[in-house]
Amino acid sequence: MIKLPEPVDDIVVNLLRLANTKLPEDIGWALEAAAGWETNEIAYTQLGAIMDNVKKAEHIGRPMCQDTGIPVFYVRGKFDSGIAKLIEKGVERATREIPLRPNTVDPLTRENQGSNLGQGMPIIHYIPTDDDFTEITVLPKGAGSENMTRLGMLNPADGVEGVRKFIMDAVLDAGGRPCPPSIVGVGIGGTSDVCVEMAKEALLIPLDSENPDPVLRKMEEDLFVALNGSGLGPMGLGGSTTVLGVRIKKACCHTASLPVAVNIGCWATRRASAKITDTGVEYAQGVEF
Amino acid sequence: MHIRALEYDSEGKDVPEDIRGSALFHCGPIMKQMDDGSWRVIAAGPTTSARMNKLEPEMIERFGIRAIIGKGGMSQEVAEAMKRCGCVYLAATGGAAILLAEGLCSCRGCEWLDLGMAEAMWRFDTQKFGPLIVAMDAEGNSLYEDVRKSLVRDA
Repeated sequence: MIKLPEPVDDIVVNLLRLANTKLPEDIGWALEAAAGWETNEIAYTQLGAIMDNVKKAEHIGRPMCQDTGIPVFYVRGKFDSGIAKLIEKGVERATREIPLRPNTVDPLTRENQGSNLGQGMPIIHYIPTDDDFTEITVLPKGAGSENMTRLGMLNPADGVEGVRKFIMDAVLDAGGRPCPPSIVGVGIGGTSDVCVEMAKEALLIPLDSENPDPVLRKMEEDLFVALNGSGLGPMGLGGSTTVLGVRIKKACCHTASLPVAVNIGCWATRRASAKITDTGVEYAQGVEF
Repeated sequence: MHIRALEYDSEGKDVPEDIRGSALFHCGPIMKQMDDGSWRVIAAGPTTSARMNKLEPEMIERFGIRAIIGKGGMSQEVAEAMKRCGCVYLAATGGAAILLAEGLCSCRGCEWLDLGMAEAMWRFDTQKFGPLIVAMDAEGNSLYEDVRKSLVRDA
């Protein structure tokens, strides 16, 4: 690992505090735009409560949602395997100091250690690159939206129409449960595991950045219009704001496969990144992914 | 706390009296214990109510719950129990945990903390708690059902 200017656990605490208390700007803008066009009174009330809540949370420095999620980390750039232990320490400290809700339990006994640690936790994805920095990103993922995840191993004959229908159904069948207006993360292709990973990574892509792939960009725009025309609305109570954005990633797949995964992010799709060089740490809430 | 309350009631063990005739808020709050032992609410928005679908009809019937506050709505079986017993479902804004916490003006205590902070039973006094929308009434009407029936899937 490169020489770090600050202890990694301090950086992790800062990241979790930033992600949980301050909504990324691009999502805030999307909410404001939605409030501008929403004509359904109940929907407008929901958007108003959300925006009011976001302001208050940032002002008093408390988590905007009580479900502070499972922290999912992405480490990119230069690092060594020792970073895992330091991230663990940061999660344990953040749970106490911010505080975060202790959400991590044994899947069978449901025993909660109270620290958000335990077997397999926290979740860390590693992406080594030749860059001269270490970048740590966190996506605290709440259960309401995560529980709506879908993976479909479609028949290639289902084609683009089949993919589109799968995504529409995943979002609309979820109803109000994932706290819409949602951000829809989609993975198309790969193998089953990579497909779901891409869907989650897609939630890290800022809403105001353009998909470089024109085919995916068109698909994102069409789905955005169709989902907002569905009438589901904020919290599933009706209205024209069902999603704040649709982000799609793709990878090649087996000629006999057509995997599609949908990972929904609630309106509070929280994210924060720290770019660490030997001279300092820069925090951001929307980096390229 | 649903499972615990029903189990205790079946076994004839004490269930906190406050639950009877109460408004039940589906929420796993973030709470902080002060030096004097009292609890302070940090963040408290609604959790997905559908998780309690299986247990709620019995909760409503046994404890006379008058209002359920949550998000996402509940099943037909719950709607029927609500109709039988006179209970409404109030939709709170999912994720609005700071705004809603302001309405939970004091915490009267906690039961069954061994279940974990999110699953324990917390007792609150409320004032200006909301905004809340009557999304399922005591006559079997459901805004969620209305929205679901009129969804446009191929816009």
